[in-house]
Amino acid sequence: MLPGKNFCSCAAAAVAALFAPAALADGMLDLSGETVEWVIPFSETGGSAKWANFYAPLLSDALPGNPTIVVKFMPGAGSTKGANWFQDQEYADTNGTLIFGSSGSTQFPYLLGDPRVRYEYGDWHVVLASGTGGVAYLPPDLAAKMDGMDASALRDTDFIYGSQGATRLDLVPLLAWEMLGLNVEPVFGIKGRGDGRLMFERGEANIDYQTSSSYLSGVMPLIEAGTAVQMMSWGALDADGNVVRDPTFPDMPTFKEVCEATDGCETSGEKWDAWKAFFIAGFPAQKMVFLPNGASEEAIATYSAAFDAVKARADFAEISANRLGKYPQITGAGAAAALDSATNVPAEAKAFVINWLQERYGVSLN
Amino acid sequence: MEIVGFALPALSDAVALTIQANVLLHLVLGVAMGLCVGIFPGLGGIAGLSLLLPFMYGMEPMSGLALMIGLVAVVPTSDTFASVLMGIPGSSASQATVLDGFPLAKRGEAARALSAAFASSLFGGLVGAAFLTVFILVARPIVLEFRTPELLMITAFGLSMVGILAGRVAIKGIVAAGLGLLAGTIGEGDSAGALRMATYELPYLTDGFKLVIVGLGIFAIPEIVALLRQDRAISDRPVLGGGWLEGARDWFANIWLSVRCSTIGVVVGVIPGLGGSVVDWIAYGHTIQTTKDKSSFGHGNIRGVIGPESSNNAKEGGGLVPTLLFGIPGSGSMAIFIGAVALLGSGQIEVGPSMIKNNLDITYAIVWLLALANVAGTLICIAASGGIAHITSIPFKLLAPFLFMVISFAAFQSGQSLMDLVALFGFGLIGIMLRRFDWSRPAFLIGFVLSNPAETYANQAVQIASFRFRKSFEDGIDYLVSPIVVVLIVITAVSIVIGWRQAKNIRSEGDVPSGSKRAPMIFLLLVLAYLLVAFVNASMIPDHAAADRVFPRFVAGAAILGTLVLLVQMMLKPESNPLFADREAGCREENGRGLWETLAWFAGLLILTSLTGFIIALSAFLLAFFRIRAKRSWTGTALLTGTGIAFICLLAGILNRDFPPGLLQELARLPWPLT
Repeated sequence: MLPGKNFCSCAAAAVAALFAPAALADGMLDLSGETVEWVIPFSETGGSAKWANFYAPLLSDALPGNPTIVVKFMPGAGSTKGANWFQDQEYADTNGTLIFGSSGSTQFPYLLGDPRVRYEYGDWHVVLASGTGGVAYLPPDLAAKMDGMDASALRDTDFIYGSQGATRLDLVPLLAWEMLGLNVEPVFGIKGRGDGRLMFERGEANIDYQTSSSYLSGVMPLIEAGTAVQMMSWGALDADGNVVRDPTFPDMPTFKEVCEATDGCETSGEKWDAWKAFFIAGFPAQKMVFLPNGASEEAIATYSAAFDAVKARADFAEISANRLGKYPQITGAGAAAALDSATNVPAEAKAFVINWLQERYGVSLN
Repeated sequence: MEIVGFALPALSDAVALTIQANVLLHLVLGVAMGLCVGIFPGLGGIAGLSLLLPFMYGMEPMSGLALMIGLVAVVPTSDTFASVLMGIPGSSASQATVLDGFPLAKRGEAARALSAAFASSLFGGLVGAAFLTVFILVARPIVLEFRTPELLMITAFGLSMVGILAGRVAIKGIVAAGLGLLAGTIGEGDSAGALRMATYELPYLTDGFKLVIVGLGIFAIPEIVALLRQDRAISDRPVLGGGWLEGARDWFANIWLSVRCSTIGVVVGVIPGLGGSVVDWIAYGHTIQTTKDKSSFGHGNIRGVIGPESSNNAKEGGGLVPTLLFGIPGSGSMAIFIGAVALLGSGQIEVGPSMIKNNLDITYAIVWLLALANVAGTLICIAASGGIAHITSIPFKLLAPFLFMVISFAAFQSGQSLMDLVALFGFGLIGIMLRRFDWSRPAFLIGFVLSNPAETYANQAVQIASFRFRKSFEDGIDYLVSPIVVVLIVITAVSIVIGWRQAKNIRSEGDVPSGSKRAPMIFLLLVLAYLLVAFVNASMIPDHAAADRVFPRFVAGAAILGTLVLLVQMMLKPESNPLFADREAGCREENGRGLWETLAWFAGLLILTSLTGFIIALSAFLLAFFRIRAKRSWTGTALLTGTGIAFICLLAGILNRDFPPGLLQELARLPWPLT
């Protein structure tokens, strides 16, 4: 930090306070005439962009004073660049006109101790946590080999999977398939999950997974056409933290059920705990909205209330089902709990995954 | 028959959807915005569409589509202005247009070049739309035939264009392409995340360099600096009036070339995964290969404009196939398009595998909006080109500071870091050296563009093939040697042979005199030094990340061999040999100003920006430049500076972008635009 920065930012804060959005009587910010920047640490083209673009106009309607909301993209270094930038922002400099959207790809490097990470989730204030799920699927001939939920007949097949990298969200499916005893070889260098699906459609890959919204739009037509068959979902979490069926796919077995039905796959022990911990970090609270370090109580209350209002819209269930899937959009204390479970992975689970990445893929994270 | 029965009702529905007053109104609005965005070098469809996104939510679907399609369709039309008039690639789709379009502008034939380009763009756009109308019904299975080995072979075919663009000394062109390929590998490897020529201490490098910056650095900066040194207007003779009719006639005389290049554009656009950045080069290479008199390329051969311009609008049509049918964006702007479509109306249009089945009428409406947008855009551009062409008669010293301003702003948008400007400057320096010593800049750029696909597809094809061979030998061979691969191998081989035999006659960047041995030799040794460092750096990647090691090491190794051959030749050959090409040697009397002095102006802007942020630095730069270098009166200086600052603030304000911050911004919080 530069000498004098503290003094200057204090002075700046004092000046800014004069022009700060006036607080309403009931402890809410008034953002009339303001422009809120919503920073997304990815490019305009990814899933986080879709998510933020979906929420931005709704949030603008719901915030007091209806500020203009601008989604700003700051891609780089697998989202760690944008997150590091956000870490340096102080609430006093922005007074509620800056929010940040993180994703599973921001959480995983943080959990795994990536050297590029200079951000600390504990410093930020969560106001929304959006969940999602994931579904694995197979070509019809291989799916037919499964005996109900028992996947052990697939063990003599060589699988190819188009992957974005073993340290990304892909570690959840890769670890799951390994626990089932499947021999899956990841082909790296895929730019997005859509490319993985294309590889599957071209017959080059013979196993794949997609997050729920992409599964609905991209894979359901293949299933209807008979060129793909569902295998399992990753599931969802109930209030007690158990893995249960995904509400978007209630008829689909979860990985937990498939694992229980498959000989040699255990739903207890360190491997299962590690999978579950990273599943929780990656899916049920995949995308979160934060206010920067030092956010005032009223700012947190204002944004939480605004997201509550968005959720309470009469048409929310309808418009969000296609875009986000039927997943909890958590605010308030629930969001804080979701953040906690997504960013506090037990030390054993973390050690197991780091060791597994090293042994299985030769990836060392320091 | 079944297909026809299915398609015809959708076709008439599409007409009804398209021909509505408010749809056409939105289309014209989109076209106008697209033309405005495209005219700025470095800003393209991504910037334009991001601007529209906030308005898409809940918009009437056809109006929203018209707005977006109108914008996307005409960016490759209007980006021609910068390419032809200023030698600055307007976007990645118009890089090859610079090679012959700009020499034409220098000869005062800007209007002719522009109208030939616009006629070609229009034709390409219409061919693309017509092709799509039929092809979109049967595209899915055909596109799925293009697996990784086929994609790899198309990449190889693109690289074979280096052969024809290599310049007088073939090995120099190949080494230049090698340098481009290596520049493309800088950063985190795609396969195992190993770092190549980068460190986590400099996070900017780990992401690799962006095409916008490399393209502007390699082509724009050397051109701006060269023109500025000569202290004259772009055109060295009076601007010809009424050239637009001649340009249209030129296009008609070469209509078959235009047909072929449009086809190339559609085909490359249709295949997901390659992106459109290389299509103009393939079209340009094809144009040279099929022209009898090759010696005039690079000096302003109108065919060199018609070829690439026919292909780049056709590509936008082709790019809709992966976007609409697979939900996989063919380019960055298409990715935003997909996201935006979901915002329209109540989100009923779902781009992806179900599009043809559920929304064929809308699919056709999109295709025709594309055609209409091309017509509207071309008419507006042709109407404007006569007037805009006069920009080439303005003294360049009054133009150059604004160009530095705009390209710095555009470069900063790619990474929003001060390092973007440093990288722009660095690649500018490389471009100046490549230009000076006659190392093919197109070869460098083709290498850079194809570096990532070449490496990724090669790694993936090897991995998947070895997996198939494990199953059975036949399975592996079937995978690798498909009929499409064989056809592509033949085309590539023909292209290489033609290139090999013809390259000596083609000077895509004009004639370069030879000078003394010393300067070209020093540059060669610098290149060799970089190659050696890159080779050692790649060799140090550990075994578990071997997939990230093979490609850079192979390219660096091959380029080192080429460099050593050049070194030996340089020792043996006399000074008059083209090996020792050096622009500084022959053009001394043309260049009123020194290279370093001219470059120092830009460096000054850069250094000042790092201290005070962009807007303050730019104000100082513009004031100093107009007063000291252009010798304007104080009133004139103030007026020009004020106009420049107001303009860039307006542009950034509309696009909602920031400016590069400096040290000052770290210390104090300033109001926009000083932030």
